Amino acid sequence: MTALLEVRGATKSYGAVRALDGASLEVAPAEVVALLGDNGAGKSTLIKAIAGVHRLDGGEIAVDGRPVVLRSPTEARRLGIETLHQDLSLFDNLSARANFHIGREPCRPRWLGRLGLLDERAMTREWTAHLERTRTRMDDPDGEVGVLSGGQRQAVAVLRAVAFASRLVILDEPTAALGLREAGKVLDLVRSLPEQGVAVLLISHNLEHVAQVADRAVVLRQGRVVGQAAPTPDNHERLVSMIVGAHGSMAATVDEGGQ
Amino acid sequence: MSGLRESLTLPAPERGERGLEGRWTRLALRVVEAGPILILLLLAAAMTALSPFFLTGRNLTNLGFQTSIVAVLALGQLLVILTRGIDLSVGAVVALSGVLGGIVAGAPIADGAGGGLAVIAAMGLAGLAVGAANGLILVKGRVMNPFIVTLGTLSIVRGLALVISDAETVTGLPAAVGTLGTGKLGPVPVPAVLVVALAALAWVLLARTQWGRWIYAVGGNPEGARRMGIPVDRVLMSVYVLCGLAAGIAGLLVAGRTNAGSPNAGQLLELDAITAVIIGGASFFGGRGSVANVVAGALIIGVIRNGLNLLDVTPFWQLVAIGSLVIVSLELDVLRGHLERRLKVGRAEASS
Ligand SMILES: Nc1ncnc2c1ncn2[C@@H]1O[C@H](COP(=O)(O)OP(=O)(O)OP(=O)(O)O)[C@@H](O)[C@H]1O
Ligand SMILES: [Mg+2]
Repeated sequence: MTALLEVRGATKSYGAVRALDGASLEVAPAEVVALLGDNGAGKSTLIKAIAGVHRLDGGEIAVDGRPVVLRSPTEARRLGIETLHQDLSLFDNLSARANFHIGREPCRPRWLGRLGLLDERAMTREWTAHLERTRTRMDDPDGEVGVLSGGQRQAVAVLRAVAFASRLVILDEPTAALGLREAGKVLDLVRSLPEQGVAVLLISHNLEHVAQVADRAVVLRQGRVVGQAAPTPDNHERLVSMIVGAHGSMAATVDEGGQ
Repeated sequence: MSGLRESLTLPAPERGERGLEGRWTRLALRVVEAGPILILLLLAAAMTALSPFFLTGRNLTNLGFQTSIVAVLALGQLLVILTRGIDLSVGAVVALSGVLGGIVAGAPIADGAGGGLAVIAAMGLAGLAVGAANGLILVKGRVMNPFIVTLGTLSIVRGLALVISDAETVTGLPAAVGTLGTGKLGPVPVPAVLVVALAALAWVLLARTQWGRWIYAVGGNPEGARRMGIPVDRVLMSVYVLCGLAAGIAGLLVAGRTNAGSPNAGQLLELDAITAVIIGGASFFGGRGSVANVVAGALIIGVIRNGLNLLDVTPFWQLVAIGSLVIVSLELDVLRGHLERRLKVGRAEASS
C-alpha cells in the first residue's frame, strides 16, 4: 500500500541551528502516528513543512506516492491536510465561529470572489453539522475567542483542524493546555478520525495520551528519526530513552554536551 | 450506549461568571465598547446646554462641513490601523491631490464636457498611487515598519506637491470639485453625504465581506493568518491602497472647500485622522475597531472644535482637549483588556 504521506531526508536550518537533519517519516492512510521528541527536537519544524508553512532546505515530501512541493498552507490544505499548530493558531479578536471558518468562509455571490458577502447561513449550517458530527457543544460561539480559557481555546483550534481535513490531520500538542476530562475528549476525537478515513500525525509529550490513540510512535531527536515503536506500556521505557537519548552511544552524549 | 462518546463542551460564559461580579464586568465591558458614541452624545448634550447656537441647523451644517474631511481620512486610516499599520502620508496626499487637480484642470484634457470628471479622477488616482507605493514598499520591500515607510512617503509626497506646483497655490478647479467641497443638498452638506456613503461602503467591506474578515484576521494574528492561507500581503496592500484613495478624496474636499490646490494643504491632517480612529476606540495593536465608532471619533473632534469656538475659547484649548481625549481613549483600551481578562479568569475557574 502506498503511504499517504512520506517525508524523506528532510533538512532545515534556522541560521546556524540545524532543526531538521535528514528526518524521514511515513504515515499510512487512516493511521494514527505519534511524533515524539524532546523540546527542540524539530517536531514543529517538520510538521510546518508538511503544512506548507515553510519549505524544507532539502529532502522530499510525497503525498499518495507523488512528490509534492508545498509552497503555501493553501496547497497543503488542498491535498486534504489540516494542521493545528502549537502556537498562534487562533485569532483572539474574532469569535469562535469566525475562527472556525477563517480562510475559507463561504461567500455569495460567487462572481464577487473575495469581496463576496459572507454567507452566514451556509456558515451556520457547516458549523452545526460539524458540531453534531464531533458531538461537541459550544454555548457561546459568537463571543470573542480571546476571552476564553486556554482549554476552550484549544478545543476551538482542534475542532477547526479536524473539521476540514479529508486525508490527514496534524496536531501539534493538542492536549497541552487541557484538563484531564477535556484531553480525554480530544483523544476520543482523534480515535474517531481513522473511522472516517482520516490519518493523524500527533505530536505530544504525554506518552499516556499517545498510548491511548496511536498505532505507532516515531521518535525525533536533534532533527533525525532515531527510532520507532508501538506505543504500548511495555515500550514506554524504550521510547523514553530514545527521546532523551539515554540508550545511545557515548557519541550522542558528547554531541549534546558540545552544543 | 457505551459507544457514545462524551461530548466536548465549551461552557457558556454565563456559567463562568460568578453571579453579580461577572455581570458587572460584562456591563462595564459593554459601556467601554460603546464608549465613543456615549462620549459623543455627552459632549453634544454639554455643548447644547452651554451654547444656544450649537443645536441650530446652521451650526450643524457647519459641523458637517468641518467634520467630513477628517471623517473620510479616518475611514481610510481605520483600515490600515486594523492591520496593525499606520499611514502618516495622508496629509501630504491631500496636498498632492489638490495641486494635481489644479494642474490637470489647466491641461487640455480637462476641456469639454468630461473635464470635471477627469480632474476628479486624477485627484483620486493620485491618492491611489501613493497608497499603492506605501503598500508595495511595505510588502515587497519587507520593511515591516509602516510608521517609518509612511514617514518617508509623507516627505516625498509633500515634496512632490511643492515641486509640481512650484510651491504656488493652483487655482481654476472645475465647478464639480467646488460642489463636492461646498455644495449642499437642502441643509445637508454634500461632503457629509459622501462620508455617509463611504462609511456605508466601509461597513459592508469590514462587517460583511470575506476580505473584511481577513483584514481583522491579519490585524489580530498576522502569522496565524498566513498559516490559514490568507493572502496577507494582498490584504495589507489593499488597505494602504484604500487609505490612499480616501486621502485623495479628502484632497478633493479640501480643494473644493478652498477652491484651490495648495501644496501646503493638509498639514497635520494625518494626526487628526489617527486621533479620530483612536478616539473611535480602535485598538492601536490591530484587529479591533468599527466604522460607526470611528465616524463618532471624527464627530467628537468636530464637536470639540466647533463647540469651543462657539464658546469663544481660544483654539489652543482645543488642542489640549483633543489630546486629553486621545489619552482617555487609550486608557479605555487598556481598561477593556483588563475587563476581558477578568471575564476570562472567571470562566476558567468556573469551567475547571
Ligand atoms: N523560527 C525559528 N527561528 C530560529 N530557530 C528556530 C525557529 N523555530 C525553531 N527553531 C529552532 O529549531 C529547533 C527545533 O525547534 P522545533 O520547534 O521544531 O522543536 P520541537 O520539537 O517542536 O520542540 P517543542 O517540543 O519544544 O515544541 C530548536 O532548536 C529551535 O530553537
Ligand atoms: Mg514544537
